[in-house]
Amino acid sequence: MSVDTATVARIASLARIKVTEDEIAAMVPELNGILAWVEQLGELNVEGIAPMTAVIPNKQRLRDDVVNADPLTGGDVRDKVLSNAPAGEHGFFGVPKVIE
Amino acid sequence: MTELTDLGVAAIREGVAKGDFTAVEVAGAFNAAVAEAQDALNAFITLTPEKALEAAAAVDADRAAGKPLGKMAGVPIGMKDLFATTGTRTTAASNILGNFVPPYESTVSQKLWDAGAGMLGKLNLDQFAMGSSNETSAFGNVISPWRREGSEAQLAPGGSSGGSSAAVSARIAPAATGTDTGGSIRQPAAFTGISGIKPTYGRCSRWGIVAFASSLDQAGPMARDVRDCAIMLEAMAGFDPKDSTSLDMPVPEWEASLNADLRGKKVGIPREYRMDGMDADVARVWDEGIAWLKDAGAEIVDINLAHTKYALPAYYIIAPAEASSNLARYDGVRYGLRDLPQGAGLQDMYAATRAAGFGAEVKRRIMIGTYVLSAGFYDAYYTQAQKVRTLISRDFMDAFQTVDVILAPTAPTAAFGLGEMVSDPLAMYLNDVFAVPASLAGLPAMSVPAGLDRQGLPLGLQLIGRPFDEQGVLDAGLAIEARAAFTARPAKWW
Repeated sequence: MSVDTATVARIASLARIKVTEDEIAAMVPELNGILAWVEQLGELNVEGIAPMTAVIPNKQRLRDDVVNADPLTGGDVRDKVLSNAPAGEHGFFGVPKVIE
Repeated sequence: MTELTDLGVAAIREGVAKGDFTAVEVAGAFNAAVAEAQDALNAFITLTPEKALEAAAAVDADRAAGKPLGKMAGVPIGMKDLFATTGTRTTAASNILGNFVPPYESTVSQKLWDAGAGMLGKLNLDQFAMGSSNETSAFGNVISPWRREGSEAQLAPGGSSGGSSAAVSARIAPAATGTDTGGSIRQPAAFTGISGIKPTYGRCSRWGIVAFASSLDQAGPMARDVRDCAIMLEAMAGFDPKDSTSLDMPVPEWEASLNADLRGKKVGIPREYRMDGMDADVARVWDEGIAWLKDAGAEIVDINLAHTKYALPAYYIIAPAEASSNLARYDGVRYGLRDLPQGAGLQDMYAATRAAGFGAEVKRRIMIGTYVLSAGFYDAYYTQAQKVRTLISRDFMDAFQTVDVILAPTAPTAAFGLGEMVSDPLAMYLNDVFAVPASLAGLPAMSVPAGLDRQGLPLGLQLIGRPFDEQGVLDAGLAIEARAAFTARPAKWW
């Protein structure tokens, strides 16, 4: 499979990355080179092989159902959470108007 | 007298404990070395000499008060700028996090501070750890302290932990943290003649490490020798309930158990790693490594890792796929850069922010990841790659029925020159061909310096072990270290 400029533009849109036409033109051969190379995986017969889901078997844990059991991951830290926001206003994340 | 900056982790810790010198003297010596080298090597993004001194003063005070000292007491280290550090800017070498000051500390860095280490600064890296040469950093290339004989050409320190490898090999830090997603500890260690270990996936908590590919990312130490790596890994490892893939297992006493006697051990030599057109020096050093392990008492066994050639293409589907998902969080809303063009709506802001904040390689990988996960292509690419990953892991498990540890080169070449590979992303990816299989299988793997090539540049040998058997990896590494007698170091030109 290979990509053309329209496909690259669509991927960029899905990835929410603004690209110029020049950038798209440069990306087409680069992505095609990489995609042609990964295509060799298709040579392998993987019938009956399960896709890997956990690299090291590990059981999923549930934390204790306690509020703020771990202060590092608990709540009540609004100001800390907002401290790096480009527009933290009135205790909220500020964004451009989204409702007309 | 030996200069303090020539000392490694064990020697510093011992000297501080015995009172041969103070931790503050050590921190001062390394702070000065860091400052002197910074303009030439660009190994650090942010310098924190006051943090190093503060931690050292605390260790000296504890010693004076007769309190027990930690595993890393008095050792100043470099911290890869991928670990969140409270109050100290953490950039992942990207403009999108250029002004990010974490209000929290990563588990691994906190453990190191608790063990008595201090922070010299935040080390440069490939942007979001995506790269093999440290040329994708938004804060400029790291320059390797190594040079080819008779040449002043700038060489790559490897990547992504290139600031870490440059700092340790230049003797401006006794040790540094690294992270390894597809070779980012081992390849830079090999390029610069130092040691580095990626432990079993899950040994070190990922909490507070800027995520690249979560099923592959593992932190580990980079230092001058195997013992120093063992000491530092003990301080970094351990169960963390804040990381859902953290291993709930006790941390072994790797340092105390080090044993270079390999009698009764079997070492596997994978046939598939001996590739057509292999660099003659890399092949020679590998053969020497085989002889050294034999000399240490090990039995050498040829093994097959049949799916080796598919590891790299599988990696370059899986890692970008995970990256595209992980990096969706950089949206200009919660932290990091925001680019809000005049009159732009929310979607335009996302796209403009990410266009302005991410570097070219990061965008490339997000694009690949987005494509392979998109509707209609998911099964052909991503599911197929995850199945191949199962096959690669099985190859290792089959081999470990017979052998205890695997010996291979770390990288197919010695360090290349800056700029030599950037124009061809695929050629750059191929430099990780020997490192990626162990990453996909989550296995502990380390690189130890083994010799020099014809141009006087270091070459590393890689040891890959069973899951949870960091000890077997460290022990075989120690056997090689003892016989390689690698004492070469870069001549100081900075």
